[in-house]
Amino acid sequence: MRFKVIRQYKQLLFMGREYPRGYKYFRENLHAGFKKNAGLTDVKEIEQKLKFAEYIEREIAALYYVRKYRAMKQRYYEKDN
Amino acid sequence: MPPRLNIVVPVKRVIDFAIKPRISASQNAIETNGVKFSLNPFCEIAVEEAVRLRESSKDLVESITLVSAGSAKAQDTLRAGLALGADKATLIEIPAIDDSKSLELEPLAVAKLLKAFVKKSNANLVIMGKQAIDDDSNQTGQMLAGLLNWSQATNASKVTVDEASGVVTVSREVDGGTETLSAPLPLVITTDLRLNTPRYTKLQDIMKAKKKKTEKVSPEDLGVDISSRLEILSLSEPPKRPGGGKVDSVDALIGKLRETGAI
Repeated sequence: MRFKVIRQYKQLLFMGREYPRGYKYFRENLHAGFKKNAGLTDVKEIEQKLKFAEYIEREIAALYYVRKYRAMKQRYYEKDN
Repeated sequence: MPPRLNIVVPVKRVIDFAIKPRISASQNAIETNGVKFSLNPFCEIAVEEAVRLRESSKDLVESITLVSAGSAKAQDTLRAGLALGADKATLIEIPAIDDSKSLELEPLAVAKLLKAFVKKSNANLVIMGKQAIDDDSNQTGQMLAGLLNWSQATNASKVTVDEASGVVTVSREVDGGTETLSAPLPLVITTDLRLNTPRYTKLQDIMKAKKKKTEKVSPEDLGVDISSRLEILSLSEPPKRPGGGKVDSVDALIGKLRETGAI
């Protein structure tokens, strides 16, 4: 369980490098978020928080993808009217 | 025996799409010092497509090989591609002319290098980005198909492989809409933006990618002359947009519009 949490943290930290508001901002919030739940002991609760972290991971990936897709679309494809 | 795909995916290391390129102080090249580079978005889509073909059917794809021509720094780009799911990578190392910039390869030179590499690796399918976001040539794929004398399907928005016959059907995005082509292997496909949504790499995959095989070759090993045939005469930024102005009332707005001749 501990391993899963650490792995999730590392993955999110890795993804934070491209965050539009800056890596520093991202890391601060990520760290604070994990720190807040550091005291949890109930397995069910931890799993719930992990699921939330996975959700955030998917949301960030989607943010990056949409940003890139929109930039490419705007640059290379004529406005479909 | 149904054909197995031996896919080569050429990739390019380009200045990250989110960065505004600037011209360097010496006025004859793009500033690359301290600038973030990444895998060309269209090349990313190409790697993703090759991986999806493998995931779609168990024995369809035999191997996915990445190749990139550039300075030693292109190794990072190759590693990113390996993390997406390719099996091995080759860097065609081009020595820098001087410390500040490495020789810019022209599409024809790249196509010749790729032709030699593809022949050496016995590939039967090349999937590559339709253009690089730095030079926007949109030529390399087409030239490569011509040099190899293979069929080509550019601007692909959908690719399906008939496993029994080895015929590939590609939907292409063209000005008038969508065109569907089919051709037997071997084939060069260039990717359009809408072909797929590349996955975001997981940290573990990047770790695993470090163990995958990477090779280095030189243009001499491939027997290709990469000298430029084009000379860049000048490089300049686009003209700055003139500032807008604010008006206080509708009458002022109408006055301004009349001034500029719009009404």
